[in-house]
Amino acid sequence: MTQFINLTLNGISNGAIYGIVALALVLIWRATRIVNFAQGAMLMLTTYLSSAMISGGAPYWVAVIGAVGCGLVIGAIVELVLIRRVENGPPLNAVIVTLGLLIFIEALAGMIWSSTPRSYPAAFSLQGYKVGSTTILFSPNDTFIVGMVAVVAALLGLLFTRTNLGLRLRAAAFAPEVARLLGVKVGRMFTLGWALAAGIGALAGVLVAPSTFLGPHTFDPILIFAFAAAVLGGLDSPLGALVGGLVVGLVLSYVSGYEGEALAPLAALAVLLLTLMARPTGLFSAAKERRV
Amino acid sequence: MLRVSGLTCDYGPVRALSGVDLELGEGQITAVLGANGAGKTTLLRTLSGLVRPTQGSIQFEGHELTRLRVEQIVSLGLVHVPEGRGVIAELTVEENLRLGALVRGGDGGSLADAYALFPPLERRRRQAAASLSGGERQMLSLARALLAKPRLLLLDEPSLGLAPKVVAELMATVKELAAQQRIAVLLVEQNARSALSIADRAVVLHLGKVVAKASAAELLADQGLLHHYLGY
Repeated sequence: MTQFINLTLNGISNGAIYGIVALALVLIWRATRIVNFAQGAMLMLTTYLSSAMISGGAPYWVAVIGAVGCGLVIGAIVELVLIRRVENGPPLNAVIVTLGLLIFIEALAGMIWSSTPRSYPAAFSLQGYKVGSTTILFSPNDTFIVGMVAVVAALLGLLFTRTNLGLRLRAAAFAPEVARLLGVKVGRMFTLGWALAAGIGALAGVLVAPSTFLGPHTFDPILIFAFAAAVLGGLDSPLGALVGGLVVGLVLSYVSGYEGEALAPLAALAVLLLTLMARPTGLFSAAKERRV
Repeated sequence: MLRVSGLTCDYGPVRALSGVDLELGEGQITAVLGANGAGKTTLLRTLSGLVRPTQGSIQFEGHELTRLRVEQIVSLGLVHVPEGRGVIAELTVEENLRLGALVRGGDGGSLADAYALFPPLERRRRQAAASLSGGERQMLSLARALLAKPRLLLLDEPSLGLAPKVVAELMATVKELAAQQRIAVLLVEQNARSALSIADRAVVLHLGKVVAKASAAELLADQGLLHHYLGY
């Protein structure tokens, strides 16, 4: 029973990370109908930059905010410089571009920072809470992770549903041409969507790095798990991404806890496959047959 | 208020519009008639900036539109309601309307006015626009366009797929709006009779060229022309 509780708590903490990376994928998918395979590499880069700030003497919180700031800027630059050119082309072009960006950033990080993983500080203790005499697998830092993900998700929810900017962002994503006819600067909304996604990804990077360490390839599995979560949630539903993240986090935690860690990536692929077979539009997709 | 001269538009090797001249006055309804492929939709898309002309000029209240972007053109008060009504199905009725009001920043119309004009929309304001019927969607797209405070309204096939009774109501509403708010309307229709029933003037397009310009009454009386170009 203790093991089950521990695995559940661990799954929730990991799932929050998968959920927020999935949210970043969903934001980009909604805005530009592109799956950003470079999401993991982008958040690796911002985490390295943040780590460099800490080495340079910056306080932890400054480095976290710095990572998110770098993410916003990198996301905007990637959209303006690379994605803008392939947005209206065949989908495969965009896939190749994001894959190329993934390889480029990982190689670049290896050249600058070497491929040996390094540690990244945690905001709070990684030592699990004590319940009675047993230590559970949930630390103050996990509380922080889940809390931050919840706060970011709530803020995004407010942005999209309560503000004029959010309304314009959604209009540009759902119907670019109609949005332009209503005065929405669609290109700017796409840039902003990428910036937001990369900023959120950057936050996920600094949240997860204390437990995964930081290397050019350490976030590759997270992208795969986040992708499974996004597809499970329906790829165009932010809420679905978060729920999908939690489900994937729990499934992976149970599988690696009871059956062995080596099976975790297989379990993620199984989730992906089952979703595509049983409910291809995902759990929360808004995609219905459109009547025009 | 609108003066189009020598407007020519190509899709690759295909000439969609060829030297179109057109003038519109305030509060006037002009019907644009013609068969499929005559260039009616291309004309509207060029006016609103979605399509760049190869040649020609579009003067709208002192602005040369061919040099402006879509977003700038709409903020001048030229509002295009595209074919298929352009309702954003994933957003709610109210969100669609808010987008219209945002076109003019804070100076757009109020949602209350829109609901007063189209009461069925108020009952459904929290529902996704996807759940609306064809007639309600047309109401929504018209209401949304009006919130952008148009000086010139471009309507592309508003009667498409609507019941005759709904079409008649719609046309009456458009006529009333044009008269009351001094909005000029460019009304593209395949349904020539219902368009001519409210239009002051009409132009007939054939293969990208203007082949006839007349008052609506004259055109309705010209059986030969109607038969030749519009299949009546």
